[in-house]
Amino acid sequence: MLLIECPHCGPRNSSEFSYSGPIKPRPSIEGLAPEDRAEWRRYLYEEDNHAGFATERWFHVSGCRKFLNIERHSVTNEITSVLTVGEVS
Amino acid sequence: MRQGEPTLAKQAGRTGRKFSALSLIRKGMRGGDWPRVWRHHDLAPTYDVVIVGGGLHGLATAHYLAQNHGITNVAVIEKSYIGSGGSGRNTAIIRSNYLTPEGVAFYNRSVHLFERLSQDLNFNVMFEQRGHMTLAHSDASLRTMRWRAEVNKLQGIDSEVITPEEIQKLVPLMDVSGQARYPILGALWHPPGGIARHDAVVWTYARSADAQGVHLHMNTEVTGIDVKGDKVVGVRTSRGDVSAPIVINCTAGWSSIISDMVGVKMPIHTRPLQAAVTEPVKSFLDPVIVSGSLHVYVSQTARGELVFGAATDPFASYSTRGSLEFIESLAGHVLQLMPSLAKLRLLRQWAGLCDMTPDFSPIIGPTPVDGFYVDVGWGTYGFKAGPVAGEQTAEAVATGRIPKLIEAFQLDRFEKGTLTGEKGAAAVGH
Ligand SMILES: Cc1cc2nc3c(=O)[nH]c(=O)nc-3n(C[C@H](O)[C@H](O)[C@H](O)COP(=O)(O)OP(=O)(O)OC[C@H]3O[C@@H](n4cnc5c(N)ncnc54)[C@H](O)[C@@H]3O)c2cc1C
Ligand SMILES: [Zn+2]
Repeated sequence: MLLIECPHCGPRNSSEFSYSGPIKPRPSIEGLAPEDRAEWRRYLYEEDNHAGFATERWFHVSGCRKFLNIERHSVTNEITSVLTVGEVS
Repeated sequence: MRQGEPTLAKQAGRTGRKFSALSLIRKGMRGGDWPRVWRHHDLAPTYDVVIVGGGLHGLATAHYLAQNHGITNVAVIEKSYIGSGGSGRNTAIIRSNYLTPEGVAFYNRSVHLFERLSQDLNFNVMFEQRGHMTLAHSDASLRTMRWRAEVNKLQGIDSEVITPEEIQKLVPLMDVSGQARYPILGALWHPPGGIARHDAVVWTYARSADAQGVHLHMNTEVTGIDVKGDKVVGVRTSRGDVSAPIVINCTAGWSSIISDMVGVKMPIHTRPLQAAVTEPVKSFLDPVIVSGSLHVYVSQTARGELVFGAATDPFASYSTRGSLEFIESLAGHVLQLMPSLAKLRLLRQWAGLCDMTPDFSPIIGPTPVDGFYVDVGWGTYGFKAGPVAGEQTAEAVATGRIPKLIEAFQLDRFEKGTLTGEKGAAAVGH
C-alpha cells in the first residue's frame, strides 16, 4: 500500500486510486498510411518498464475523481510529485 | 544425446550422485557432508550459448539444450542464487485447463513432462496430481467454464464442469450452501492438475544441466549485452566479459531491463504477486481450489500448510514487499469459502515479480536482434510451463526454427494483431 498525497484530498491510501501506467504520448493519426502500423503497435503494446522514476496516470476513483500525474520510482515506490492533470504548472 | 536415453542417470551414477533409497541409507549411516549438487566454475571467455537468469526457465533451457541437442558449452548467468526469482516464490500449481487451443496444447505438454520428471532426472520433485478446481460464483463464469471444458476435452484433456454436490464430496469444508455473498454454482474440475515442490524442480534442472557440462554462475550479474550490426556477440557481467553468438533472456520480472540492453522493446510490465502460508495442520484439503470472483486460490502442502495466492498487486513495481492490504482481503475471501479456517494463523507472506503481457500468453523465440532470444512473459503462470518452455526454447535455438507448439507465442504477434488471449484462464495468478 502506498500513501498518495492527493492535491485535493490530502494523504490517502493507494487503494482509493486506480492505476493506468506510465504516460505515453499518443501518436498522431493525421495522414497515417495503413502500413504505418508500427508506431501504433508501439503505443498500444510496448511498455516502458524500466527500473527507476516514471510519470504515471492515476485516477482518484474513491475521492475527488480527478486524474493525476504521479512521479514514482518503480523499485523503491518513492513518490516525488503528484499533480492534477490539466492544472499542471 | 538423444531424447529418452537414460544416459543422464548413468552419468550421475558415475559422478557418485545417483539418488536411490540405498544411497540415502548408506549416506545417512556414514554421515558427513553431502556433496554439492552443482559445481562452481570460472567464467570462460566464450560460450556457444549464454542464458541470462538462473530460474526454472533458464535452467530447463540449459538442460534440454544439452540433453536433446548435445549443446553443452552453455553458461547460465544468475545475479543472485539459483531460484531466487519467481521460481522459488511461486505457489507451484500445475494444470493445462487453459482457454485457447494453443495454450491448452502447450501446457498439456508440460504436465506430461512433469509426470515423468522425477524418474527422468532422478530427483523427487513431489508432483502430486490432486486435481484442480475453479469455482464459479455466477452464471457468466459457469458459461466460461463450460467453454473451457469443451476446448480442453477436444484436446483429450480431463476437464469437466461439476455441481455443488460433487464439490462438497471432494472438499467437505467448502461452504456450498448457497448462502454466501458469492454462492458456489459449480466448478471446472481438472483431475490431472496439482502441485509440485518448486525448489526441487529448480534444483533437478540445475543438477542435471551441471552434470551434462553446463556452467552455472551464481552471484554474477549481466550488466550489458554487446551487439555488432544487428547480431549479438556477447555479454558483460559483474565478473567479466563473455563472448557468445546466442544470448537467451530468461529473466521473467526483469526481462524488460535485459531486452532494453539490446534495444528490443517488450510488451511487458512488471507487477508484484503476493502469496502467504499458514501454520501446518492435519491434511484435510486434497485438490487445489481457485476462485476467480474472490481473487483467491488455496492448496495444502504435504507438510500441512495452506498456501494462498491471489491476483497481482494493483500497480507495476519491482518491489517485493508484502502489504497488509493484500493479507486482509485474502483472509476475508478465504473465510467466505471455508469459514472453519477462521482460527488458523498465518506464518508468513512474500512477493515475487511477474512479467505481464497484454494477452496473458508468453513470448518465446527469436527477436529482431540476431542471436537474441527471449523466453519471457511468464506472468503469474510460468512455473507449470518451466519444462515445456525449456524444451521448446532449446529446440528453437538449436534448430533455428520455431517449433509448432510455440508458434502462437512469437513476439511479432503484437505487430500482426494475432494475440493469443488467455486472460479468461489466467487472470487470478497461478
Ligand atoms: C507469488 C507467486 C505465485 C506464483 N504461483 C504460480 C503457480 O502457482 N503456478 C505457476 O505456474 N506459476 C506461478 N507463478 C509464476 C512463476 O513463479 C514464474 O512465472 C516463473 O517462476 C518464472 O520463472 P523464470 O525462470 O522465467 O524466472 P525467475 O525464476 O524469476 O528467474 C529469473 C532470474 O533472473 C535473474 N536475473 C534478473 N536480472 C538479472 C541480471 N541482470 N543478470 C543475471 N541474472 C538476472 C533473477 O535473479 C532471477 O533469479 C507465481 C509467481 C509468484 C511471484
Ligand atoms: Zn483526490
